[in-house]
Amino acid sequence: MSTTLLLAWRNLWRHQRRTWLTIGAMIFSNVLLVFLITIQFGSYDMMIENSLKAFSGHIQIAQAGYHQDAKMRQSLNEINSLEEQIQQAYPELNLAARASTIVLASSKERSLGIQIMGVNPKGETLVSSVPGLIKQGAYFRDNIGDKIILSHILARNLKAQLGDEITLLGSGLDGSFAASVVVVVGIFESGFDGLDRSVAQVPLRTFQSIFSMEDSGHSIIINVPEINLSQKYQQELKQLFLAQPELEILTWEQRHPEIKQAIQTDMASAWFMYVVLIVLVAFSVLNTQLMTVLERTREFGIMLAIGVRASRLARLIFMETTLMAAIGFILGSGVGLIVVAIINQTGFSFPGMEEMAAQYNLSEKMYPSLSPLAIFLGPSIVFAGCLLTSIYPALRLFLLEPVSAMRAA
Amino acid sequence: MINIALILTLAWRNLWRNLRRTTIMLAAITVGVWAMIFLTALMRGMVEDMLKRGLYQLPGHVQIHHPFYLDDPSIVNSLEEPSEVLTKALEEVSQYWFSRVKVPAMLVSERGARGVMAIGLDPNAESDILFANRHINEGRFLSSIDDEALVIGAKLAERLETGLGKRVVLMSQDPNNTIAERGFRIVGIFSAELSAQEEINIYVGKKTLQELLSSKDKISEIALFAEDYQQANTIQQYLQQILSEQQTKAQALSWKAINPYLSGMVNMMDGFVLVWVIVIFLAMSFGLANTLVMALYERIREIGLMLALGMAPMMVIWQILVESVILLLIGLALGNGLALVAVQLTAPGIDLSSVAKGLEMAGMGTTLYPALLIKDVWTANFIVLVLGMLTSVLPALRAAHYDPIRAITKST
Repeated sequence: MSTTLLLAWRNLWRHQRRTWLTIGAMIFSNVLLVFLITIQFGSYDMMIENSLKAFSGHIQIAQAGYHQDAKMRQSLNEINSLEEQIQQAYPELNLAARASTIVLASSKERSLGIQIMGVNPKGETLVSSVPGLIKQGAYFRDNIGDKIILSHILARNLKAQLGDEITLLGSGLDGSFAASVVVVVGIFESGFDGLDRSVAQVPLRTFQSIFSMEDSGHSIIINVPEINLSQKYQQELKQLFLAQPELEILTWEQRHPEIKQAIQTDMASAWFMYVVLIVLVAFSVLNTQLMTVLERTREFGIMLAIGVRASRLARLIFMETTLMAAIGFILGSGVGLIVVAIINQTGFSFPGMEEMAAQYNLSEKMYPSLSPLAIFLGPSIVFAGCLLTSIYPALRLFLLEPVSAMRAA
Repeated sequence: MINIALILTLAWRNLWRNLRRTTIMLAAITVGVWAMIFLTALMRGMVEDMLKRGLYQLPGHVQIHHPFYLDDPSIVNSLEEPSEVLTKALEEVSQYWFSRVKVPAMLVSERGARGVMAIGLDPNAESDILFANRHINEGRFLSSIDDEALVIGAKLAERLETGLGKRVVLMSQDPNNTIAERGFRIVGIFSAELSAQEEINIYVGKKTLQELLSSKDKISEIALFAEDYQQANTIQQYLQQILSEQQTKAQALSWKAINPYLSGMVNMMDGFVLVWVIVIFLAMSFGLANTLVMALYERIREIGLMLALGMAPMMVIWQILVESVILLLIGLALGNGLALVAVQLTAPGIDLSSVAKGLEMAGMGTTLYPALLIKDVWTANFIVLVLGMLTSVLPALRAAHYDPIRAITKST
């Protein structure tokens, strides 16, 4: 062990209580930061995951403008061959073709204007969480049949139950009058408000025949293997369809800026809190380190007098802070890690959270993200902040005059 | 007998023996208190804004419906216009109440159709509330309760490819479950701060909608605003009592029951303020305890001497406690002052329009106004002072129980 390190280590324990109180401040804020940041990241992941699974997938291909206006006539011809073309080029992607329009849906007792979607059950099962969340009845097995899946709030508003007939009235792609009768075969419930108010699905082929769409649809939803790859695949798909500029290929971030912005807002307010915590810890360290310099003025005077350079003393102070911060880092993130590992098993919730959770497509329990970034981000910043604060006490060493320092009280 | 003047003098002088240390500690307390109060004011401002918007949108602090209406908002589940007794009661508790017909409907233009919420209202009764956060872009608003025209949102007009002066067909269900439909001319287009509102709500004269639905004098809801949203529960109980006495099936509900997301937010805020203040205090307390421990360590010999000379241990404790209280009070004064300045500076509003869509998800507008509540300021000051003193008690007690002989001979 080098002399400086040994000196630093011994100096650190000259005042045990003080050292532990300072380290205690670091541990406290580190554990808190690990907890808060992992929960925060975990809930962002969940929010993105749930929103995308429910509505929109990672990438959507549609006619330019469809994302804005969602009009019936903004359709894609031969949607199945388009789907096959993509699938052949990228076998690893999950695809689902969809069509959608607004109809007047009537049950025996009620009539409502709703948005209805034509889906291919095979693809939908791969990209969306809706097929897995059928609470009564069952999801479609075939791509055809006069059947409808309703979300439970729509079913309630229509006063419809399994087996009831629903009449759909709307207009077809060619502007003609479109009408059909379908039977409720499944009722869906997710616990997420937006979704539970809006889902109404019929098989794609049935949709195409009701609304005179032949073989066209409105959009293809694509799920990529990892959400981070969305942009990469978007670029590749753009290359693939270079010859068809009428196609618009959008990632989830472009289609749902509100998700990203909600996260940004939350981040900003959370970081305000974190920064305050870190600053307070830094003050604590600054105070301790300044004291250790001031109380050792005589000692440092002697050391300077016998030829030790001021820079070496500064290094010593720096080393002491580093050791202290390292102990805080290790113990803090260690305890934090144990805490979040336990919470990861049990889930975390607080009273009154469910309503808020439903608004943001979160489930009632939050699970911390166990990624290294989420765990070590907070403690690392605390560590760096503590090292920064030792600059001021260390600089003071360069101002010491050996003779007057030795005489200091 | 405790000599207060002596204690004060000693504590004050001791505090400034190490100017640098005291300044750093003061800075820590100031930053902590500032953050406690300022962040709380920002969060309060956020929730107030959400609440205000939410209540205008609902609308009202208390609503009266048919008991099935909220689950099944059909014209079947409607009420009669308020009776004389109920009207008197409503006048008594509220300056501002109105009744409306509100049913799901379908709006069809030449180019498309959309599901909407058709609201039949008396424009003279509620336009103040209605235009608190939306305005007419083109054309005019409804002129009377039997205005046979339609006002729709800008976004909806865009989606339906229709516009001012065009005709559209409104379809909805009448009490016999037949589809009632008629053509309307669009006379006004409004824009709202929350664009979802533009897409879902359309406005028509109350009488006209009642006629279309063959439901003369039937209404879907009565909404009222009290002076303060906190009166909602009392008013709801009072109205419910009158409704029960009248033997109607109508049900009065406060906004808390109708929108659990909003009331959850408001309830959580109080808890959040307390947790935040305590967390910040704890982060500060390590530094505070440390400073005191150091200050006392340096003075061991001196304290030993005082004890040896016959100073009562209580005096030592008081001296140390007063020293830390002075430190806390100065820190609190600075922190409070800084927070007040920060609130003053941000009072014109903080512009958040770059994340407008994310805020809309939470039901917030794009400008954040801090809301400083006296009770939050008290909470922060009280906690810092009381817990701060508690933190100082332990080092003080230790110092008072030094063995004078050992303390005097101890070398630093």
